[in-house]
Amino acid sequence: MKQKPDNLRESPSQTAGPYVHIGCMPNFTGIDIYGGDLGTSMKSGPVQGTEITIKGTVFDGTNTPLRDAMIEIWQPDAAGLFPSANETRGTPDPNFAGWGRSPGDITTGEFVFETVKPGAVPFPDGRMQAPHITAWIVARGINIGLHTRIYFDDEAEANATDPILSRIEHQNRIPTLLAKKQPDGSYRFDVYLQGPLETIFFDI
Amino acid sequence: MSTLAPPKPGGFIPRDRVWQPDALTPPYKTSVKRSPQSALLSFPTTLSEETSPVFGHNLLGELDNDLILNYAAAGGSAIGPRIIVHGRVLDENGRGVPRALLEFWQANAGGRYRHKKESYLAPLDPNFGGCGRTITGEDGSYEFRTIQPGPYPWPNGMNDWRPAHIHFSIFGHGFAQRLITQMYFEGDPHIKLCPIVGILKTQNAIDALTAPLDMNRTVPMDSRAYKFDMVLRGQRQTYFENRKEGM
Repeated sequence: MKQKPDNLRESPSQTAGPYVHIGCMPNFTGIDIYGGDLGTSMKSGPVQGTEITIKGTVFDGTNTPLRDAMIEIWQPDAAGLFPSANETRGTPDPNFAGWGRSPGDITTGEFVFETVKPGAVPFPDGRMQAPHITAWIVARGINIGLHTRIYFDDEAEANATDPILSRIEHQNRIPTLLAKKQPDGSYRFDVYLQGPLETIFFDI
Repeated sequence: MSTLAPPKPGGFIPRDRVWQPDALTPPYKTSVKRSPQSALLSFPTTLSEETSPVFGHNLLGELDNDLILNYAAAGGSAIGPRIIVHGRVLDENGRGVPRALLEFWQANAGGRYRHKKESYLAPLDPNFGGCGRTITGEDGSYEFRTIQPGPYPWPNGMNDWRPAHIHFSIFGHGFAQRLITQMYFEGDPHIKLCPIVGILKTQNAIDALTAPLDMNRTVPMDSRAYKFDMVLRGQRQTYFENRKEGM
C-alpha cells in the first residue's frame, strides 16, 4: 500500500442533450425568465477597435445543419486584453464582454456573433499568437464539448507565425480554422463535425 | 463580473481523455454523425483558455435557484417530489471554486420538458419552467430547490428510457474548465440501462455523477435532499506563485 494523492478527477462530461437551450437560453425557447438570456450581446456601449460580424453553421457528418447546438465564444478586446477578472495586464474595454453565446437560428441553425476583431495575445513562452477567438460547441450527440479556435483569413502574416497554427502537422487543414471574409464585410466560420472539411478541434 | 485574484501560473492540468467519454459511442446513435473523427490537437492552455467571464451574485434574482416557484403563477407551485440539490464545485486539487455559474435544466415530474420540439405524451406542468441557476459561494458550495424529474422515453433504441436526471452547465474561472454534465439519482434502475450513461467507461465515472440521498439536509415535512459535488479542471501548482502570467 502507498498513500493516495489528494487529486480529484474532473466530473465526467455528458451530452448537453436536445434541450440545452432550456437551461442556458430559456428565453429563446419561450420561457420568460431572468429578464433575458446571458451572452446574447457582447457590447454594452461604444467599443474600441473594429466591429465585426461572424456567421456560421455547424454541420454533422451528413452535412445537415445542427439546429439544437449551443455555441459560445470567448475572446480579448481589440487591444488583446481579456474582459476577465483574471486579466492582470491592463484594463480591458469596459463596454466589451468578450463572451457570447448563440443557440443558432431555430430553422437554419446559423449562428451570428456581433463582436470586435480581437487583438493578439501572447503564447505562454512570450511569442505572439495570431488574433483568434476561442469557440466551444455543445449539442445532442456531442459527448464532451468541442473546443476550437476562430482565426481570420485576412491575418495571413500573423497566422504564418502563430505558435499553434505553425505546429499543425496537416497544414492543409488550417483553412478549417479560418473565418473567411465575405463580400459584405462579415466573416463566415462554418464548423464541420466530420468529413473532408472536418474542423480541427482542440484538446486544450 | 467581479474581482478575482490573478490565476496561478502553470496553466490548467490537461483533461484526462481516458477518463472522459469518447466522442464516438455508437449505442448512443446521435453521436455517430456528430463525433469528430480526427485526433484532437493537444496544446497547453494559453491566456485564451485560462481566462473566462466571471459572473457576480448581482446577476441573480431571488427565485433563480428555486424551480418550484420560479415559473409558478402567484400562489402556485410545481408538482412533484420536492427536493433540495446541494453540493460543492471543486477543482482537481480539491479546492472549492468560488463564484462558479451553475445553470441547470430538467424535465418535470412526469418526464416532460417545456420545449416545442418535445413530443412525449406526459403533460406540461403550467407552474414548472424547468430551468434555474445559481453562483457558488466562497467555499464552492451551492444549493437549489426543485422537484424530482421523471424518467422518460427517447428515440434511440426501440425502448430506451432516460433515468431521472438534471443537466448542469458549469462556468469556472477559465474557459478550459467549461463543462456540461448530468446528475443522476441514487438507486434509479434506469441508470445501468441508459445508453447515454453507458458512454461512461467505468463504474467510478457513473458513481461520480450519481447523487446520494442526504438526510442531513432534508427539510422535515417539506423536502428531501440530494448531494452532488462537481469537479472542474485544476491549475498546475507551483512554488513560484508571484511569477507574472505568461512571462
